[in-house]
Amino acid sequence: MACQELVEVITGYLEGTLPEFDRGRFETHLASCASCREYLEQMRALIRLTGKLTTRSLEPETVDSLLSAFRRWRDSQTVL
Amino acid sequence: MVEMRSAEADLVDRLRGGDEAAFVCLVNAYSASLKRLALAFVPIEAVAEDVVQDTWLAVLTGIARFEGRSSVKTWIFKILANRAKTRAIRERRTINFSELDDPFEPDQPAVDPARFLPASHPMWPGHWASPLDTWSASAEDAVVGRETMGVLQRELDRLPASQRVVVALRDVQGWPAAEVCDVLGLSEANQRVLLHRGRSRLRAVLENYFKDNA
Repeated sequence: MACQELVEVITGYLEGTLPEFDRGRFETHLASCASCREYLEQMRALIRLTGKLTTRSLEPETVDSLLSAFRRWRDSQTVL
Repeated sequence: MVEMRSAEADLVDRLRGGDEAAFVCLVNAYSASLKRLALAFVPIEAVAEDVVQDTWLAVLTGIARFEGRSSVKTWIFKILANRAKTRAIRERRTINFSELDDPFEPDQPAVDPARFLPASHPMWPGHWASPLDTWSASAEDAVVGRETMGVLQRELDRLPASQRVVVALRDVQGWPAAEVCDVLGLSEANQRVLLHRGRSRLRAVLENYFKDNA
């Protein structure tokens, strides 16, 4: 396997969807190529970093208005 | 199976019965992820907030008809995805949603081809022309942390919509591939291509960032 092919199948490798034969070629190449080992580690570092991005939650006003909407909905259910 | 579903079925029953605590529990559990997904479709904070709110109202009006064929989570996220798409079109965002159906645009290599030796090279065709800079081990250092995360967030926001949605769900939210495919209506192969394109692009951005800041 050439480095240029490895960088294209790396997601399949990480996802565990690479066919057995290609997985073998992938790992054989890695064993002899320091740059591709670094590339794989960069991908893993990227995935860990992306996992640390924080998600902005709802504004308190939105939550308040959702709760008011919920109560109106609940009361309308009771009437029916 | 029955045991596994019972907590969720219980929550649905309580919600149908008008139990406010059950509603709050769902809102707390999913609102941040819902907003993240909405932002991936329409990257405007106020609009995303609106879409999430609309989604919860749709959940309330639809819960009586929810049949439990999918998980509550999948059902809620599908409602959001549909609303966010509609809203994105209404906001006249130039987002190409057909990308979600056909991500196979030609010539989008993970790495600039100029970084590799040519196919005609007698010894090492397609191998790295020069060794990679090593930054993977220091990428997560606390010292570079905050700024790196800022760069990453900005570049994630700049990805094409379809890649952004998939990377956000897989790598930010940590969803399994099958759930992402289900909510977005993607085949497994297309999901993987979008993830690959998105991650490859983000890696390239980090590489440049670390080169400039070495």
